[in-house]
Amino acid sequence: MDTNDSLRVASLWHSMHAISQQLSPTVGCSGIELLEADTFDLHCFQSLTGTKFFVVCEPGTQHMEVLLTVIYELYTDYVLKNPFYEMEMPIRCELFDINLTQAIQKDRVALLGR
Amino acid sequence: MIGVGKIKQYSNVLDRSLSKGKQEVSLSAFAFLFSELVQYNQTQVDNISELERRLEDAGYAVGARVLELLCHREKGNRRETRLLGILSFVHSTVWKVLFGKVADSLEKGTEHEDEYMISEKELLVNRFISIPKDMGTFNCGAFVAGIVRGVLDGAGFPAVVTAHFVPMEGQQRPRTTILIKFAEEVLRREARLG
Repeated sequence: MDTNDSLRVASLWHSMHAISQQLSPTVGCSGIELLEADTFDLHCFQSLTGTKFFVVCEPGTQHMEVLLTVIYELYTDYVLKNPFYEMEMPIRCELFDINLTQAIQKDRVALLGR
Repeated sequence: MIGVGKIKQYSNVLDRSLSKGKQEVSLSAFAFLFSELVQYNQTQVDNISELERRLEDAGYAVGARVLELLCHREKGNRRETRLLGILSFVHSTVWKVLFGKVADSLEKGTEHEDEYMISEKELLVNRFISIPKDMGTFNCGAFVAGIVRGVLDGAGFPAVVTAHFVPMEGQQRPRTTILIKFAEEVLRREARLG
């Protein structure tokens, strides 16, 4: 999946998330948190500023919310504190990528070890 | 009245006692401030070497002040006159106060007599910074190089200080080396002192 496809998918998700907030029958809904499909699950985390982090995983994967908060922390550290990152641009920060793969490896190892 | 203490209210920072040291600052706060410093300077310059020079100048101002403060606080107003003395002062005391730990290593250059290197696995100022590929060899550690240059200049050891990335085998991230090249007069004076 190249950058343009990722951008297209992400903007689709952003619109769906916003529409779901309006459609919800309950008051004070903050948008879609979990989307369960046949072949995948999509977990979404929305920060206080409205930035959304979503992860696509195998159906039934546990503890994705924890992973998403970890990723949010990595984002605030290695992307927002980087003077060479422009807001709203695709993230091309080496440290963020390194730490992201490490976090996912750790999560996977912990999952398999259980 | 019993129990009434006298609380001194200092109206400005210059009235406060100098010896109240060991204040810790949030790393995130510093990281954001430093990031903004780099971004601001980026808008003012046209090329990378200008940016490095500006960061170094900013560090120079810090270094000059840090030298005075630490001489008063840590060393009881004693002055370093020997080369190794000032280098170990920078390597241990200055690093400890600024970054919370002593520098990883201090080495003497093998090719030239006047070169010394302070190495660090990862400089604190570079902790959250990823340099984009098109900026080549630019290193935000130029700020730290400026601090070292300020300290050395103020102590009477004029030098040219630069920061370099040194790739290490087996490590994903390169090590950072602060290269210190002393001026001629320093070496002559050192030789004279024996």
